[in-house]
Amino acid sequence: MIDEIRKAVAERLNELDGVVALRRWSQGVAPHLFQKGDDLSELEIAPKYPLATLVSKLHKRYPTIKLGIVARGCDERAFIEMAKRNQIDPDRLYIIGFACTAEDAQACYCTEPFPKNLIVGTPPAPGPVNPLVAKYDAMPLVERRAFWKQQFNKCLKCYGCRNICPECFCEACAMEDMAWVEPGLLAPPFPTFHMIRAMHMASRCVACRECEHACPAHIPLTVLYDLMRRDIGDLLGYVPGADIKAQPPLSLSLKQSPLRQGAAH
Amino acid sequence: MEYKNTLTTCIYCGCGCSMFVETMDGHITGVWPAKTNQISGGKLCIKGWNVTSFVDHPDRLKTPLIRKDGKLVEATWDEALTLVAEKLNTVKKESGPDSIALLSSAKCTNEENYLMNKLARAVVGTNNIDHCARL
Repeated sequence: MIDEIRKAVAERLNELDGVVALRRWSQGVAPHLFQKGDDLSELEIAPKYPLATLVSKLHKRYPTIKLGIVARGCDERAFIEMAKRNQIDPDRLYIIGFACTAEDAQACYCTEPFPKNLIVGTPPAPGPVNPLVAKYDAMPLVERRAFWKQQFNKCLKCYGCRNICPECFCEACAMEDMAWVEPGLLAPPFPTFHMIRAMHMASRCVACRECEHACPAHIPLTVLYDLMRRDIGDLLGYVPGADIKAQPPLSLSLKQSPLRQGAAH
Repeated sequence: MEYKNTLTTCIYCGCGCSMFVETMDGHITGVWPAKTNQISGGKLCIKGWNVTSFVDHPDRLKTPLIRKDGKLVEATWDEALTLVAEKLNTVKKESGPDSIALLSSAKCTNEENYLMNKLARAVVGTNNIDHCARL
């Protein structure tokens, strides 16, 4: 599969200014901007990194360049939400999509482990639902609160979940706002710190799982965001990352995007 | 349009977390946790995520400063080191080597900390050496 991807990248580099993908260095793999003439035998597809973030940075820094990207399903979903919020320019982006492996789909609990612009690979079966979601659903409210209190008590306040997230790009972050989050507390105040992020992830989270991978305290953050995605889907009929033309409901009025009655969990 | 990631190790403590420092056209533009690293496995703490923030910071000292007439003025390394050496010699002469303590740092390499230990014991003549966290 990787040879097919390298070939597709080589072809696209004739007409694009660069292609964002992963590159193997002497030790380790990191995101990279491949340009014409670069050695494509160094191009890699794992481990997964949030490459949409890099495209956004490059689009902002060089306002006319046209880029390609070697993208997974979650990278493509991230672009769709970023494009709606002016973080990337979809007219300057060509997607060389490839399918994740069945193992990736399982490990990420991914419902769509391939991009719509699928060029290389065969879509694997979707991964299972995270078993913690069902466990959480069965808990009474008081236990749910105790569960999250215990989890968030482990937080080191590294901001890694926010930093790695392709959908976190606000210049002024509410998680750094002293009005909401009292400075100097470790673990950070419960529930404001994490709930601010959870609320801001509603209609944004594309389930790439990067936050959970980046968390040094092993907090199951994506359980919270999966539940948020489920509620946004049930209540407002919106699936983040699915359709570039669908307007995010939180930027519309309730008249434009009415709540669906009786859908709340 | 030059893009580069440089693999490095966090300078803030002894754990040895690994990260890529991202540069565009020679300027630092971010940090990526190194997912393939066995020590940190793609995770960083708040220090690691902000490990480059001092590099272009406007408050960063670019030369030593010496206080003259109550004001800090820029000086050369030769001037600053000569002044420190003179003052240490004076204190040692007047009050003895144990009136001096040296505080080293986790931001330094093992080798630099070894040299600091040598400076304390062999040059100054005191066992008063400790970690900057005790400061």
